[in-house]
Amino acid sequence: MPPQLAAEPDRPDSAALSFKRHRSLKEQIIGVVLFVCAAASVLVTVGIVAVLLRETLGFFAEVSLVEFLTNTQWTPLYVEKNFGIMPLAVGSFLVAAGAAVIAVPVGLLTAIFLSEYAGGRLRGILKPLLEILAGIPTVVYGYFALTFITPLLRSVFPETDVFNAASASIVVGIMIIPTVASLSEDALRAVPHALREGAYGLGATKYEVSTRVVVPAALSGVIASFILGISRAVGETMAVTIAAGALPNLTLNPLESIETMTAYIVQASLGDTPHGTIEYQTLYAVGMTLFLITLVMNVLSQWVLSRFREEYQ
Amino acid sequence: MASTYDIDIGGESAALEARDVSVYYGEKQAVKNVDLVIPPNRVVALIGPSGCGKSTLLRCFNRMNDLVPGARVEGEVSFHGQNLYAPVVDPVEVRRRIGMVFQKPNPFPKSIYDNTAFGPRVNGFKGDLGELVEKSLRQAALWEEVHDRLGDSAYALSGGQQQRLCIARTLAVKPEIVLMDEPASALDPIATQKIEELILELKRDYTIVIVTHNMQQAARISDYTAFLYMGELVEYGPTEAIFTTPREERTEAYVTGRFG
Amino acid sequence: MSPPRVPLGAGGRGRDRRRRVAGVMFAVACTAATMVGVVALAVLLGDVIADGSHRLTGDFIGSFASRFPERAGVKAALLGSIWILGLTAVIAFPVSVAAAIYLEEYAPSNRLTKLIQLNIANLAGVPSIVYGILGLTVFVRALSLQRSILSGALTLSILILPVIIMASQEAIRAVPHSLREAAYGLGATRWQVVSLQVLPMAMPGILTGTILALSRAVGETAPLIMVGAVGFLAFTPTGGVMDQFTVMPLQIYNWISRPQEEFHELAAAGILVLLILLLTMNATAIILRTRFRRHH
Repeated sequence: MPPQLAAEPDRPDSAALSFKRHRSLKEQIIGVVLFVCAAASVLVTVGIVAVLLRETLGFFAEVSLVEFLTNTQWTPLYVEKNFGIMPLAVGSFLVAAGAAVIAVPVGLLTAIFLSEYAGGRLRGILKPLLEILAGIPTVVYGYFALTFITPLLRSVFPETDVFNAASASIVVGIMIIPTVASLSEDALRAVPHALREGAYGLGATKYEVSTRVVVPAALSGVIASFILGISRAVGETMAVTIAAGALPNLTLNPLESIETMTAYIVQASLGDTPHGTIEYQTLYAVGMTLFLITLVMNVLSQWVLSRFREEYQ
Repeated sequence: MASTYDIDIGGESAALEARDVSVYYGEKQAVKNVDLVIPPNRVVALIGPSGCGKSTLLRCFNRMNDLVPGARVEGEVSFHGQNLYAPVVDPVEVRRRIGMVFQKPNPFPKSIYDNTAFGPRVNGFKGDLGELVEKSLRQAALWEEVHDRLGDSAYALSGGQQQRLCIARTLAVKPEIVLMDEPASALDPIATQKIEELILELKRDYTIVIVTHNMQQAARISDYTAFLYMGELVEYGPTEAIFTTPREERTEAYVTGRFG
Repeated sequence: MSPPRVPLGAGGRGRDRRRRVAGVMFAVACTAATMVGVVALAVLLGDVIADGSHRLTGDFIGSFASRFPERAGVKAALLGSIWILGLTAVIAFPVSVAAAIYLEEYAPSNRLTKLIQLNIANLAGVPSIVYGILGLTVFVRALSLQRSILSGALTLSILILPVIIMASQEAIRAVPHSLREAAYGLGATRWQVVSLQVLPMAMPGILTGTILALSRAVGETAPLIMVGAVGFLAFTPTGGVMDQFTVMPLQIYNWISRPQEEFHELAAAGILVLLILLLTMNATAIILRTRFRRHH
């Protein structure tokens, strides 16, 4: 029996340490519940992959992978069925490329402005404005594209279709400017001030410091922001559905009407295709393609970040 | 190893005893085979140069190292004869009985009252909380300065007052031992003096183990001093002996300021 | 031979002048680029307001959709949006915050934890329509929840789960470690430390992140189309989670899809209502963020 302490009215009677109390059962239950919630995220990914895979495999039991990748026509809902993904994929990339042409330079220059040129007050106004731009729902951009941009385009290029890729590209580009700008800006601001001071001390102008010291020092973050922006552009649905069109069309002419992968998925689900048919399965095949493309891009951007992460010593 | 460093505590049973204690952070060994006996109702100072393992050793005494991922403690730490690291022992209970004051005052973002009351509340205290709060604040020599503004935020206090609040908060759970990790190093000289006076008063009711890099402080307030170097316990004895007639060469070099 | 003395500030040499011109041009370019975003925002809002503000009447908010433009309104859609917003919040918030607490306070730093983190980051980048496919297959079909508000809310919850988790993790991480140490040192259990110290301090950040995630959910159309929100609903959801439903963005899409000019104006008006709803939500989030920043 451990020795008792000298009489201290406030101390507990027994000097022995107690066994783990029953309250640790409560603690354990809480720990398990929290773990389950975190593991739910893994369940979601498993769900996505399983769901897509199941129907996609069914699809490829009927349609060969070669046809899927090489056929230049996509007509699953017609009598004569073609299952080439190219029109849809090229449509998606056409829009994404156009969007990148706008968002990459504008986003990067905006980031440089915010990081190197703008003072605290100006940043305090501009950053919320960019956040608002990012928060506008995509249907609104679709509306804007259809009712404002397209008529504008048609007045300059009369041969433009009512539904066209360029209009969608422009609004998607505007939509992802905040993504590129804010991620690039984070990367630029992470560059230590000492590097800038060294360059200024050598008599460089702000332009030179920004482009020759800061941006190269933050290059991995900047490039990652580009990749993520393009990934978002590829995954964009409503703006392109409204503005770009619903007829697959393999073309590189942005003034023509096209259909993207995402728009096709919407179209297929709005229709009355019976469950279990090959037409229904196209939805999943296209979905799987879309998922894989954006997954590759997201992983790529993370790889770029980690592999080329600059060490500021 | 063990017997050279035992001190004579005159027949009282030790409050805390470390036997062959080693601490590893991953592959690195921060504390090497330390034997230490802490007598009750005394102040024991742990001194040594930066990185010698004194804080790590201190944290063994209330199982705070459990919270560091990758930390491993070997050996035995006994509290009244019971091994703190035995599987059946609840670390939460250990920390109530062996309290800790940290280097930088870290009051909660709550009122002075709620800071002091936090420990008792989480430990299921059923008695008169107001009385306990007052008593703890008095013991920490803070009551006179705050008794009329217990509802104010703890952050309204000065650094020295905040640290005394942290001491009050620790005392409120009625520990037997109070561990202090450089409690005055972030404070100005006047506040430091107040803390040192407080420690001398507290040792009547509590056992105190204090880590300090300030040798004069150790000389002023402690009864026993342990000198650690690179994770090893080099010498341990009555404070006056350590500072005036150290047995080890390294001890002498440190206390005379030749290194550290 | 000593170099020619050029007084400071002369700036006459060709190379320096070119550098300065380049510098000015670059600064102009950067400013112009920033203005692109601002101007685009202004033009977009201006366009919508010009097209739709005259339709923004009390009747508009109080009426249901109709084949006749002069009688059409957003009542069903607005209520549907609010309904699904509430249901999604109730589902997504607890699960996400629990997951964030686990990852920050409980999870050991091993491969499994890293995998979960990586997985969440990836989920944040999955296009929303893929979530729609998931919702359609799992909730509507496999679980037979049909085309109901519940299916829609579950789908949206899964969509914003990674967003709330990541925002909550950041808020929790911002709580200083010294506070946790102090609480542990007083003999508090892990859950006590989390619920009594960490969560209260992190809550403003968590709530802000949640509201922002919810405002994204309110604007989503594609997943809800897939899960079966209907385009034309002439009655309000009566409160049952298994009801059919429609939401604001879908109603807007429905109107845009019609060729008649009047429906486009209705779409613009609907957009204004939606934007006001979003503005309210975001303003709440910002007020929360600034108000609690002052407390510390």
